[in-house]
Formats: sequence, structure tokens, C-alpha cells
Amino acid sequence: MELTLWTYEGPPHVGAIRVAASMSGVHLVLHAPQGDTYADLLFTMIERDGRRPPVTYTTFQARDLGGSTANKFLDTLRAAAAHFKPQVLMVADSCTAELIQDQPGSLATSAGLDVPVIPLEMAAYSRKENWGASETFYQLVAGLLRGASKADAFQQRQVNDRPSVNLLGPTKLGFRCRDDVLEIESLLNGVGIDVNVVAPLGASPHDLLRIPQADLNICLYPEVALSTCQWLKRQFNQPYIDTVPLGYGATRDFLIAVAEVLDHSINVDAIDHCRLPWYSRSVDSTYLTGKRVFIFGDATHAVAAARVASKELGFDVVGLGTYSRENARAVRSTASELGLEALITNDYLEVEEAVETLHPELVLGTQMERHIAKRLGIGCAVISTPAHVQDYPARYSPQMGFEGANVLFDTWVHPLVMGLEEHLLTMFRDDFEFNDSTVASHLAEESGSVERPQLSEESLADGLMWAQAAQKELKKIPFFVRGKAKRNTELFAVEQGLSTIEVETLYEAKAHFSR
Amino acid sequence: MHGAVLASDTGSAEPLDLTVEHGQRAVFCGLTSIVWLHRKIQDAFFLVVGSRTCAHLIQSAAGVMIFAEPRFATAVLEDRDLAGMADCVEEVERVIGQVIKRRPNLKTIFLVGSCPSEVIKLDLDNIARKFKERHKGQLRVVAYSGSGIETTFTQGEDSCLSNLVPDMPQASEQDQKLLIVGSLPDIVEDQFARLFAEMGITNVEFFPGRQSEYLPGVGPGTRILLAQPYLGDTARALISRGATLLKAPYPYGAQGTLEWFRAAALSFDIAVERFQDCTRAPFERAKRSLEVYKTELAGRRVAFLPDSQLEIPLARFLARECGMHPTEVATPFYDATTMSSETPLLPSGVQWYEGQNLDSSLERVRNSRPDLTVCGLGIANPLEAEGLRTKWSIELMFSPIQGFDQAGDLAELFARPLRRKSRLEVGAWN
Repeated sequence: MELTLWTYEGPPHVGAIRVAASMSGVHLVLHAPQGDTYADLLFTMIERDGRRPPVTYTTFQARDLGGSTANKFLDTLRAAAAHFKPQVLMVADSCTAELIQDQPGSLATSAGLDVPVIPLEMAAYSRKENWGASETFYQLVAGLLRGASKADAFQQRQVNDRPSVNLLGPTKLGFRCRDDVLEIESLLNGVGIDVNVVAPLGASPHDLLRIPQADLNICLYPEVALSTCQWLKRQFNQPYIDTVPLGYGATRDFLIAVAEVLDHSINVDAIDHCRLPWYSRSVDSTYLTGKRVFIFGDATHAVAAARVASKELGFDVVGLGTYSRENARAVRSTASELGLEALITNDYLEVEEAVETLHPELVLGTQMERHIAKRLGIGCAVISTPAHVQDYPARYSPQMGFEGANVLFDTWVHPLVMGLEEHLLTMFRDDFEFNDSTVASHLAEESGSVERPQLSEESLADGLMWAQAAQKELKKIPFFVRGKAKRNTELFAVEQGLSTIEVETLYEAKAHFSR
Repeated sequence: MHGAVLASDTGSAEPLDLTVEHGQRAVFCGLTSIVWLHRKIQDAFFLVVGSRTCAHLIQSAAGVMIFAEPRFATAVLEDRDLAGMADCVEEVERVIGQVIKRRPNLKTIFLVGSCPSEVIKLDLDNIARKFKERHKGQLRVVAYSGSGIETTFTQGEDSCLSNLVPDMPQASEQDQKLLIVGSLPDIVEDQFARLFAEMGITNVEFFPGRQSEYLPGVGPGTRILLAQPYLGDTARALISRGATLLKAPYPYGAQGTLEWFRAAALSFDIAVERFQDCTRAPFERAKRSLEVYKTELAGRRVAFLPDSQLEIPLARFLARECGMHPTEVATPFYDATTMSSETPLLPSGVQWYEGQNLDSSLERVRNSRPDLTVCGLGIANPLEAEGLRTKWSIELMFSPIQGFDQAGDLAELFARPLRRKSRLEVGAWN
């Protein structure tokens, strides 16, 4: 048993619903107790979806448990098939139904329905949401295409003269999937490559049948599509690339990889109109140098964010982690390249503790980290699911491709104090209207009316004293670095075995840590 | 003036035509009530023993995760627990230990059963008993079920409170007191307490209180007045301890609140004049606050899909005090103990449902196209997308809506979606 306060991922059947809700022509019958219908609101409230996800829940109750739950499932299944007339019906258990062992998969396949049935096994007690989405997508694609032969697929592929690719993995409730798909589609169209099928988002079962016609699969969201891409490679010898075009450099790498696999020439420089490189080199951005940033999210977004933060914005990545154990390896290796140890955890409190200890100036995380950062008075940008309604914006706001890189620049730089502003803050810090307790104008929204958290008067080590003069000197240091200065000085004092911190100690420490 | 007694009014006295539906339900389970219970009872912790779904449900229903470390959590069952590799009882005990260690000042831990824990027949009562023994006097451990197979949405509070009743001390027959049952926002609780005191009913207690350390006593001298319409089991548990249930409509709207107070005044032999003196000003104020909304709501048709069990009293309020026409009123379940003072007050011609069949209830509102549909969070936007105006019912659980001084706020919750429709010149509502 695991004590869970907040959970980064939902149960696996929510992943199955994400795949179903992304598509047309499929319907999911979920054997689930009353209450599990809460999942609807994730789609209709968080993503403001105008239709209910295509799911029918059996919503069994205690009085049904005396052996009639299987009948209830069959009744629900038949009613849903008749009412929604899907092209494909998927069936699954939620966590409770898994315990009753009604086997909805075999019940449904032998129910004599005139619609193809894809049974899903959701392993609710060992797996989570992203795995559930991945498994569902794989079962759906494999279930529909298992019969198709390599020769058929190959022949179909010869018909096209322009190279074509599939974009696999985008789903409802994914992070900015809607806009990423548009961005990557237009990027590829611009270099003479057709997009054959996008799935699951916006696809029908008929579209899935056309997947083998493309020359290449692009695994846009490995969390959801990697196992499907691997199967398609085995089954149809259809290559895939999993270079995710998140960030400026990654987008260029992505285009180069696509060109290579397709043997199709792409003049990357000619289409590279990204503003991030110049914005990042412009003088105002000098202040971004070495900003301490903490990154946490799903593996794909965390790894990509680490590269953008360190190589494209010049930040110091001081912490990197993921909640996604299945994909932890990539995060571990990126972390070790940055000289860090990756934080792999589901436990929100562990993440909070890490943020508190590391004192970053910026947190790039999920909705959970947004709350952590807010509480600690640190700027934050959301880079990954789980996300809240505000992270499904009305405007076009991709994360991928060149425009995505522009968006990342704006979104991550915005919560920080701007370059020139940083100097003005120092100049005016004693001004009565413009003092330390006034939050920078652009941060007021995030911090609300909450006062800037005051630095603790206590020092970290017992018996360590600040001389009055040193205290006064400390207050002259701009507030946004004062915490760091205080901590470093105390650390230094402890290392040196000092009991009182004098003005001298403060500057000794400064020199010590600037080496 | 306000002497018009609701109960003797001319509302339809015939039993309503009840249709029972057994289909897919779009309701939350009882775990959801933890969202407001943990805010109300501030020295308690709610530990759900369940699955990741349970944890996900509570944080999704709460909408946002505001509190760094909430006073609720889920002990998530894993494969090794189910495969018998780990002893579930020992595991629950270990997790309780973790909770106590993190929060040594807790006075009560609620062990909340879920669908999976009920299906595997995990005996949380027994674990609760054991812990209560071990921490005698310092920590109360109470088990109750918030599972979806046994409870819907607000019924979780009923299950929680009714399982606290055995722990309430015995009160004597001489201890003549009024017990207000059902969690209320603090501001409403304070208003109610002031008004009871003015009337001369001084021995008033609220259950649940803000602190769980102290539980009110119950006995033959206890009269209970329900502040929430979903507490049938709690009422019956209190009655079995000797308490008397006062029959009253629920304190929604000016008239509803007046009748609710009147039930208490009658029971405590408060002189009619004193009752009228105390209630006149707030009653008139409440009526005034309703005036503006009445012009907006009167003549509009409203449908209630089953969700919170507040549907019947709210339909009564909207019909009687705002002039709306309820077309359909559906509740997850019907309990005569809690509803007998309300149903006769509903206007005739209301279609009345117990239970749900989601697809057919959606078809009905699509066909009848009411001006407003009160429904759960999951189906509000899809109905809006079809051009129907909706009010999410969970807001009714999170806002102070009871009492004289909230009557206007309550009406405003229903008027706002209609106001919005009249303002916007984008998109299309019918």
C-alpha cells in the first residue's frame, strides 16, 4: 500500500478513456462502479470538451454484486452498441471490476455483436494512466491491423510519390497536443512531406487501417505511442523515429532524422525562422545566465526541458525528475549528463522537499509543481501533464517545432524578473513605493495578494549568530538573491567553524561560492 | 406577512409520480464528500483505503490542489496487497502509523472504505477498533464507507456522521437540547447559532462540529433538526439513541428557512410573538434579496438531474420562492425520512425520478429543452455545447446557500447562467 496525497497520473482506465475520447467511431464500455464517471469531467471541464467522452460505464452498485454484475455488463454493452453504433467497441475493467473478475473481454467477444470488439486488460493495481493510454492505443492498432500483410502495406506505400508519415501519440488531455499536431503538420508539409494519419487524436478506426501506408512513423509522444511504433516496425517493417521536436535544437535534430530515414532532402536552414536563438543571444537575456531551474514532469517533457533550459536559455538545471517510472531511464541519463541525480518519484511531498532544498529561481513542472512554487513564492511555468484548465489555452500555443520553441522562450522567461528590471529593482529597493515586500508587477497575478514570504530570521545551524552589521549588510542585497546569499554564508560559516557571521564573513562566503 | 405556514400551504399533497431508473449513473461516489468534510472538521484526517482511482477522483472533484499537504490521502492498494504477499490489515496499520507520525496533533482519523476495499472485504471497522484501543483517549479512529457501490456523493457525509453516532456520549433526558445535523459553512453555522440564541433556544449544538475531539451528547432530551437533506442514516442512528427528529423543510430560501426555524421554535415552546420578533427582520431581508432574481427566474423551466440529493428542496425553493417551473426532478435515491416535509411542497406536474439512466435522461432534456439544467460537472459542458444552459450542482455543495442571509446568493447561482446568456453575443445558445 502506498500513501498517496496527490497523484500525478490517474488509473490506467483513464488512459483508455483518453484514447477513446481522442477518436471518432470508437466507444468504450467500462465495467466500473458508481462514481467512476468522474472521469468525464477531466475532459469536459479541464479540456472544455463539448462532448462527453465516448464511454458507457456499467456503474454497478452493492446490490448488483450478488452475481448479476456480469449480466449488467452485457446489458450495458448491448445498449451502448445499439445507441452509439460505433465502428469499434473497446471493453475494459476499472480497478473494482478487475477484482470481481467478470471478464468483460470474453463476455463481449462472445456476445455476438456485429461490431469488432477490442478487449483491454488494464492492470489497475500495478499500472497508471500513461501506460493505460499506451496499451489501449497498441491494442487498438494491433487489433485492427493484425490481419493485414506486409505485402499489402508495402504495395499501398508505393502508390504515393511524396513521402508520407504518421504522427502517433497525441491524445486528449495530453500537454498542448492539439497545437503540437498543427505545428508539426505544417512544418512537414512545408518540406514536402505528407502527413498520412494522425492518431489517436482526431482519427477514426478507418484511419488506423491506413497507418501502414506511410513511409515512417513519428513517435510524437513516446509515453503513448512507443509500443505501437515498435509493433508496427516488427509487423510491417515500418520505421519510426522517436526524436521529439520539443525545443529549438530538438526540432532541427528531428528534421534531420526525418530527412535521413525518408532519404528526402530538407534544407533545415531555409525553414528555420525560429526566434529563440536570437532572443536568447540578445543582451537583455544575459540575465538568464545561470538562473537556477528545477524541472519535473513526464519523461519526454522533462528531458526536452532540460536541454532547452541548459543549452538554449543558459539556465543552470539544479534538479531534474519525472513521475514516470516506465520512462525513467532517459531522465536518469540526461540528469547524469548535467551532473545531477534524477528524482524519480510519485510522491508530491518528495518533489516539494527537493524544491525547498534546492531553492531554484524557476520551476518547470506540472500543475502540482505550480502549487509548490506558488507556496514557496517561486516563478513557475507548466511544461507537462497533469495540467489544469488554464494550460489548455484558447490561443495557439504549441510546445513543439520552431513556433513551440518561441512559446517556450516566452513562457519560461516570463515568470522571471526581466533583465533591465533586475537592475531597477536594485536601484529602487529602498524607495518607499518600491520595496522588497512589493512583488514585481508581472508576478502579482501568480502571487495574488499574498505577501512575499519573509526570509526566516533563524539561521540553519544552531548557535550560529549574525552580527548586527552583517544583518544590515545582508538586507542591502537584492531580495531575490538574498535567500541564496544568506544560505551560502551560513553554510560557509559552519564549514569554517565560525559562530558569528560578520560583514567580512558575508564577503568571504561570496568569494568562496563564486569560484 | 410571514405567518403563512409552508406546511399548511396548498401544494400538491398527493404522492408524486415516481419513476425508478436502473441505468448508467453520472454521480460521484461518497468519497467526494471528503472535499468539504475535511475543511469542516479541522482536527481530523481522512484516509481512504482504495485505489489510484479513488485518489484521482478526490483531487479531480476538488478541482484544484490548493493545500500543500491536505488532511486527506489514499492508501493505494497494489498488486502485492491483493496477491496476499502483503497482509492488508498490517499494511493499513503501517500507513495509519505514517499519517500519525506526519501529523501528531490529529484527534480523529477516518478510515474510509472504497469500492475495492469493500469488494475484498477489508475489515476497516476492526482496524479502527484496534487503533482506538491503542490510542485510548488521544485519538479516535472511525471507519466508514464512502464507496461508490454503497454511497453516492453526499451520502458519504451521511455514512461518516452515522458512524460517529456510536461514539457520542449518552445525554440524559433532562439535557434538553437542539442538535443541528449536517455540515454547514462556518458563517451559516454562526448565523444560525445567533438566531437560536435570540429566540431563547440556548442549548444548541452542531454536528459535525469544527473540532472532532469533542462530540455532542445524544439522548432522549435531544431534538434533531437536519440542516442537510441527505442524512437519513445519521437521523435514524440518532433516533435509535433516543433523539427526536423534528420535521421541517430544509433551510433554503426565505420561507424554507423560516419553517426550519419554526420547527425548532415549536418544539421548544417558544412564544409565537418572540419567534416572529426574531425572524421578522431576517425574513424580510431574505425576501427583499430574492426580488431581483425572481424577475429573472420566474416562468423559466428548470430540470434537475440526479446528483447531490439537494434536488427536491431546491426545486421546491425555485418553484415557490422564485416562480420557476421544475420540469423534471431526479434524485439518486429517495428517502422518506428526510423528504416527507419537502415532497408535498413540490408543485404538481413535476416528473419525478429516482436513480438514473444517463442516456435517456440526456435525451429527455434535449427534447424538453429547459431554460436551466442542474447537473453534475461531467455533463454540464456537453449540454452547453448543445445550446442548453446549466448549473453545476457541486457548486451548491461548496457555497454557503442555507439560511435567510444566503437566500439571495442561492437564487443568484441559478440566475447567473441565464444572465450570462442574455449578455453574450458570441456563440449560440437556444
